[in-house]
Amino acid sequence: MNLSAILYQLLQDTLVVLAAPLLLGWVNQCRAWLQNRSGAGVLQPYRVLVKLFRKDAVLAHNASYLFRFAPYLRFACMWLAAALVPVLATDLPLSPAVDVIALVGIFALARVFISLAAMDVGTAFGSLGARREMLVGFLAEPALLMVFFTASTISQSTSLITIVETLAHKQFLLYPSLAFAAVAFVMVLLAENARIPVDNPSTHLELTMIHEAMILEYSARHLALIEWGGALKLLAYFSIGIALFIPWGIAEGGDWGGLPLAVAALLAKLAACGFGLALLETISAKLRLFRVPEFMGTAFLLAVLGMLTHFLLGS
Amino acid sequence: MQSVLPIDLVSIAILCWLALGFLGLALQRKPQLITAFVFPAGAAVALLLAAAALGALSGPDSVAVLPLGLPDLPFHLRLDPLSAFFLLLLGAVSLGISFYSAGYFRTMEGGTLGLLCLEYHVFLASMALVFLADDAYLFMVAWETMALSSYFLVTTDHKVPEIRRAGFLYLLVAHVGAIAILMCFGVMQGGHGDYSFATMRHAHLTPFWASATFLLALFGFGAKAGVLPLHIWLPEAHPAAPSPVSALMSGVMLKTAIYGILRVSFDLLGVQLWWWGTVALALGLATALFGVMFAAVQADMKRLLAYSSIENIGIILAGIGLTITFHTFGKDAIAALSLTATLYHALNHAFMKGLLFLGTGSVFHATGERSLGKLGGLIHRMPIVSILVLVGTLAIAGLPPLNGFVSEWLLLQAFLLSPGLPHPYLNMLIPVAAAALILAAALAAYVMVKFYGVIFLGQPREEKLHEAHDAGLWERLGLTWLALGCVLLGLFPVFVILHIDFVTQGLIGQRLGTSAARTGWLLLTPIHPERASYGPLILFLIIITGVVFTLFAVKKLFHVRLRRGPAWDCGFPEQTSRMQDSADGFGQPIRQIFEIFFGIVREVPSPFDKHPHYHGETRDRLWDVLYLPIARAAEKISVLIGKLQHGRIHLYLMYSFLTLLALLALLAFIR
Repeated sequence: MNLSAILYQLLQDTLVVLAAPLLLGWVNQCRAWLQNRSGAGVLQPYRVLVKLFRKDAVLAHNASYLFRFAPYLRFACMWLAAALVPVLATDLPLSPAVDVIALVGIFALARVFISLAAMDVGTAFGSLGARREMLVGFLAEPALLMVFFTASTISQSTSLITIVETLAHKQFLLYPSLAFAAVAFVMVLLAENARIPVDNPSTHLELTMIHEAMILEYSARHLALIEWGGALKLLAYFSIGIALFIPWGIAEGGDWGGLPLAVAALLAKLAACGFGLALLETISAKLRLFRVPEFMGTAFLLAVLGMLTHFLLGS
Repeated sequence: MQSVLPIDLVSIAILCWLALGFLGLALQRKPQLITAFVFPAGAAVALLLAAAALGALSGPDSVAVLPLGLPDLPFHLRLDPLSAFFLLLLGAVSLGISFYSAGYFRTMEGGTLGLLCLEYHVFLASMALVFLADDAYLFMVAWETMALSSYFLVTTDHKVPEIRRAGFLYLLVAHVGAIAILMCFGVMQGGHGDYSFATMRHAHLTPFWASATFLLALFGFGAKAGVLPLHIWLPEAHPAAPSPVSALMSGVMLKTAIYGILRVSFDLLGVQLWWWGTVALALGLATALFGVMFAAVQADMKRLLAYSSIENIGIILAGIGLTITFHTFGKDAIAALSLTATLYHALNHAFMKGLLFLGTGSVFHATGERSLGKLGGLIHRMPIVSILVLVGTLAIAGLPPLNGFVSEWLLLQAFLLSPGLPHPYLNMLIPVAAAALILAAALAAYVMVKFYGVIFLGQPREEKLHEAHDAGLWERLGLTWLALGCVLLGLFPVFVILHIDFVTQGLIGQRLGTSAARTGWLLLTPIHPERASYGPLILFLIIITGVVFTLFAVKKLFHVRLRRGPAWDCGFPEQTSRMQDSADGFGQPIRQIFEIFFGIVREVPSPFDKHPHYHGETRDRLWDVLYLPIARAAEKISVLIGKLQHGRIHLYLMYSFLTLLALLALLAFIR
């Protein structure tokens, strides 16, 4: 482990945590444009965060330590996830501790804690949200892992760095297996980040919400951490998508010279992905809750098909 | 002067347990002495056993012949790494359970307690003997002692008819399994009449007979382990038994069956055909999915855990299947990986499930309730138990950095390595089979959120829950030990694997440790650092650092206060504890998605009913398609046979005469 690698790691840690709300702002702004609204500007999430952090927190009488601890844990998990995906450089000293399976485990850890916290106060909506979140989660997790497995059978590794390095060295070809996996991944991304068609991030219609139902009882700094954690989660998912399916332009090893190019490439890719997400959300309608298993089942089958295609075509 | 061998220590531990059991029986009149002395002493013996087994793991095999048993058939004992590993599991887990029992059985009356103490220690000793036996005779004696003592433990509360029924079902399935095991040994001795394992190791069976033996072993041991479709006794017996007994049965006794399968297929039989592995793999995955699906819809906390045990046994069996497949194709390095994962998961499950069953015991003691629909909000009343059970919950949900995740991670790595197999279809299908494993693991998280959330979180669903109290000192001690095990097994996998290595070396001839520890003890790298690595301690420290950093940053930057108020709940004014999800409500999505697997019985009243009565039940369909037909057929046959009996002596004499004639005719025919 050398100094340059540690610097890279620190740089990425700081960058992701500061830039995550910007990505959320960009997606919201794109959505506003596409829906013919003027929008609140890309900086709006920062304003919301500052406002929330400044407020006094209100806790329900019945809330336990688990309820207060969960936002911090979720934030830390999402931060870790976003900081470990190699998007700028492939020289991250902390990355060997967490491979793709462990990454999925970290997402699951955050999900379980936030669901438990939602059940903690004991309101009708809290447990409803927790149940639905776990439903979406248990359907999304296998699909996500199968996507990762497809990538790791190509690269013979479950380490994120090795996967990215292998895939970045391949020529710009369309791998059929990766194409299937990419579609599956987008579906998982939509579900896991509480986006249309699975959930609606801007809803407060009681009977349709999933994620929002869980965090109804949170306020002030706890809510801010959850919102920020959500932004980090979106960034982490975008980073994973970029690392798996469009890794070109990454600065390999500890190459500081390639960094400016890598940053420019990353920004362009993130902006494009954000726009794509907004577009997807604008043109699709929310599904009924019990259509969600079908949606996730499709994602899962696509991921499995991707894997089988890899074996059949041998690429 | 000969030094004391580990096998001597283990034998001493077994004798001590037996002695403690009879001491408990003798102390019937002084129940406080039994709980304050006998059970803690049992825990000390467990510690001795665990220490001896840990020593034996790295040492050479040791054998002993006891001058007991039948003429010409003395008891053979043998302590090899495989036995030592399972003895270690038994010792380490029963240490916590015995401590816990010292507190749990405090309120029990003397006579019952004395008997229970005897059965409990005989149960422990017989499990140790199962692991130690080196001939089929001793094995079966120990196996049956284990089944009988656990039957009596299950029916401790025998005045309740359901518990007697549950006990009978358990005994029945145990004996159907035992017959299969007996036949399996019968085939393996190959007509020599020598039932020692040493002879069986050298017997050469034709592929047909070897396969028959393997399938018999799978059936017989599967009945004990709860493999589909022989799982039906688990969800009945576990709720019936007292919690420490459930913990022991689920944590350790199910593992005796795993030990049996490993002993027969790898050691005695020598794995021969690859399709054995495929059968075990498919059966294991089906069991895992089935178990977790049913766990999701249970409303009784111990039934839920029983189904979760079925799931974990399925995962372990899938691991065994994978190991057999790899081993028969000569991929011993990968076989060692999946065997390590299997054994690791067995150890993890013993700790996790022991912890959770003991936790339900504390909840039951504090509230008198087992039904999830009448619990809730216990995190405020039972802070210590709730945090210790949380550890078990997260561990069994397979979340990093706890122990359940490590073994699942290792198993998934093994699944991912199957493209190296020389078989065209297997190498394609096995990674896809991993999808079933992941689905089961993801559903387990759902189940455990339900388990923990409904019991400990939310508002109390009944008034009496406000009087619930935390567990006593002995109970806390037992729970803490098992929770600590879950954490340490999760954080330091490399040390655990270095010990499991002795077993894989013995069974497969390959070890994982050198490559697993290649980059130091912080990182677990089962094959190669480039291939995969996982550092639970690093991960844990990063998350803790992140949490602490965020906490301090928020505290320093924004000086804001915290106040308490009523829950908001979207502004609804009326909120009662009945509005929370019940256990059935939480399981509803699973019931709806997997409806075809459940037999659902619903009784919904008409809209005009003045006294509406709702009833919903999720049944196991296997009862209807498999067990009830068998039971009915058995009844019919008994009725037919009953027709032969008239109570008149001349008829019976005629039966004897006809039988004699038939036998003579048969003899003439054969000649």
